[in-house]
Amino acid sequence: MMKMKKVLSVVLTSAMTAGMLAGCTDAASSSAGKVSSSAPAEAAVSTAAADGPTFKIGAIGPLTGAAANYGNAVVNGAELAVKEINANGGINGYQIEYRGEDDELDNEKSVNAYNTLKDWGMQMLVGSTTSACSIAVSERSKADNLFQLTPSGSAVDCVKYDNVFRVCFSDPNQGTKSAEYIGQHDLAKTVGIIYDSSDVYSSGIEQNFVKEAKNQGLDVKVAEAFTADSNTDFTAQLQKCKDANVDLIFLPIYYTQAATILTQASTLGIKASFFGCDGLDGMLDMDNFDTKLAEGVMLLTPFAADAKDEKTQNFVKTFKDSYGVTPNQFAADAYDAVYAMKAAAEEEKVTPDQSVSDICDAVKTGMTKIEVKGLTGTIHWTADGEPDKEPKAVSITNGAYVSMEDEAAEAASAAA
Amino acid sequence: MKKRTLTKATKDNFATIAMIVVLYAAVTIAAQAGLINSHLGGLLVPLCVYATMAVSLNLVVGILGELSLGHAGFMCVGAFSAAFFSKVTEASMNTFPRFFLAILVGGIVAGIFGFLIGIPVLRLNGDYLAIVTLAFGEIIKNIMNVLYVGKVGNSIRFSLDSSAAMDMDEMIINGPQGITGTPYDATFTVGFIILLISVIVVLNLVNSRSGRAIMAIRDNRIAAESVGIRVTRYKMLAFTLSAVIAGCAGALYAHNLASLIATPARFGYNMSILFLVFVVLGGIGSTRGSIIAAVILTLIPEVLRFIGDYRMLIYAVIMIVMMIVNWNPKSRAFIEAHNPFRKKEKEVQ
Repeated sequence: MMKMKKVLSVVLTSAMTAGMLAGCTDAASSSAGKVSSSAPAEAAVSTAAADGPTFKIGAIGPLTGAAANYGNAVVNGAELAVKEINANGGINGYQIEYRGEDDELDNEKSVNAYNTLKDWGMQMLVGSTTSACSIAVSERSKADNLFQLTPSGSAVDCVKYDNVFRVCFSDPNQGTKSAEYIGQHDLAKTVGIIYDSSDVYSSGIEQNFVKEAKNQGLDVKVAEAFTADSNTDFTAQLQKCKDANVDLIFLPIYYTQAATILTQASTLGIKASFFGCDGLDGMLDMDNFDTKLAEGVMLLTPFAADAKDEKTQNFVKTFKDSYGVTPNQFAADAYDAVYAMKAAAEEEKVTPDQSVSDICDAVKTGMTKIEVKGLTGTIHWTADGEPDKEPKAVSITNGAYVSMEDEAAEAASAAA
Repeated sequence: MKKRTLTKATKDNFATIAMIVVLYAAVTIAAQAGLINSHLGGLLVPLCVYATMAVSLNLVVGILGELSLGHAGFMCVGAFSAAFFSKVTEASMNTFPRFFLAILVGGIVAGIFGFLIGIPVLRLNGDYLAIVTLAFGEIIKNIMNVLYVGKVGNSIRFSLDSSAAMDMDEMIINGPQGITGTPYDATFTVGFIILLISVIVVLNLVNSRSGRAIMAIRDNRIAAESVGIRVTRYKMLAFTLSAVIAGCAGALYAHNLASLIATPARFGYNMSILFLVFVVLGGIGSTRGSIIAAVILTLIPEVLRFIGDYRMLIYAVIMIVMMIVNWNPKSRAFIEAHNPFRKKEKEVQ
């Protein structure tokens, strides 16, 4: 027995060493730039390498596991933008190579994905998709001085370093803007909140909403939490809102839970109106959801898949044709991120033969000068990495998004 | 002459320690020579963390013979307490003493939890113990998700409700958003030292009077009790030591990443079971085997990144194959029969 154990341990040790060496050689060949030809089954399809120097843009997101929706949206949205840019002549005349990596919604894996992309030769990063992963990666990208533009990392600390920018609103921004909007448009006096306390996005918005609500004279009567382990039955939380007789229920959560809440609220006969953030986008496309229940729901979102403008409609159509699903705001954010990189790189005349650090410095300066007319609005950036764009408030009327400003204007003209 | 007096167990222990040291030296030299790319370089600290966790759990499962499904909980406690310590003292202490103390804090706090949990738990046996440790791991994870600790001026306040509840302005532990901005101090060398110390401690314990008592309890509790071994005491000793090691691994983990969140994937029971897989695949009771299994199972999904989502499938298949090859009597007999080393070993004997 003992002998056997020894032999086995020798075999395993050598297997391990071999594994390590294999790891080295694999990456060595990929850093030589052959990756797209040698690895056809890449997690996200790498775009074909063209002749001559190319820009290398990487993306990171959870492509497997519970949050795969978001990661795939980001990786596909960015890929779509890269393809379009390549077809139209690239950045400053140089084509873009693109590669997406999986982080399984884990910050350690996200750093691994970042390092993999770095070995591949990445010069700019679209990612990570989620806040915690993005923060972990920004620690490394800062050390390498690599330009990072997170499409959807909304926590404050995501853009702590000057090489990191973001496309989406920050959590405080969304929470504060929502409270402001409700206060200024006099939508309610008393508010109930139902939020996911185990989720960074949801609890981040909730914290800041409550802070701003005080300034707006809103009375937050109920703030009820649920967690990822108990997100199917909300009758207890809704009953409290009903008992407190609130005017409006604020839902800073994702659409899957919101749909359940709306269904249960209608069963309980709750008359309050509902207000949400960009996480509610996607509800109308859910299977087995009666869109009549969503009638009158208001949400603050930078992107709505059924908006009427040509740009959004083209994007939605191409995205559906390529990937078979309706794009959500994550896809739109990533799409805008790539275009922002392009604009900033062209502003500063960046070429791919510059070092990663030089590209970062140039693009960083470029970002503060550009204006991107993207899917999620017209965006400027400040040097601290925050986007400057106006949130659009939409309400759901007859199963479609209607801009609330338009609606108000129509009502005013009808009255006149 | 002295060499002849070494027992088989001592030789085996030296082999284990030598393996770790040689691997460390090889990797360090390769890194100096520029042979290690950043992907592999970034994996070195996590490898140390998981190898240390495997050593820790092996002490409970392999040597004490009790099934613990809550080891991710101890790692979580260690990670959060160490990161908390580092955040609070970051401004006032130098990196080296602070990081050293942070690891100690992680280990000690996890050890205290191990001790407290151990008091009721270790009076249970077998399945019941597994169920209670499983629950413990989940409770720790959920508490971390509702715990808000913040600074107001110079005082530290905490709440289980929300950050607004106590007018905290500077958050240290922010509920589900966890701790962000933990200083990035972990290096491969520190990881190696932690792993080495835990291996030496565990191996020495096994070969000590206490270790023999612990193994006697594993092999036959009633017999051990009848010769006067205090079962609960030795169980507590092993369990608490295991928790301390897990806490140190957690501290190392926390200082390797800027954001620390008690997600189900990271500190839930799935992770505890993964640690158990390290121990079982490595051969229950074998410290060296646990380390090797931890290293292989951590590397496989990363090395297989180039095949995309299929790596999840390959990972599972490799795990099944390893299990069959390692433990199936027929496959073992086959390996024995076709083993090129066999003749040589016979001659040696």
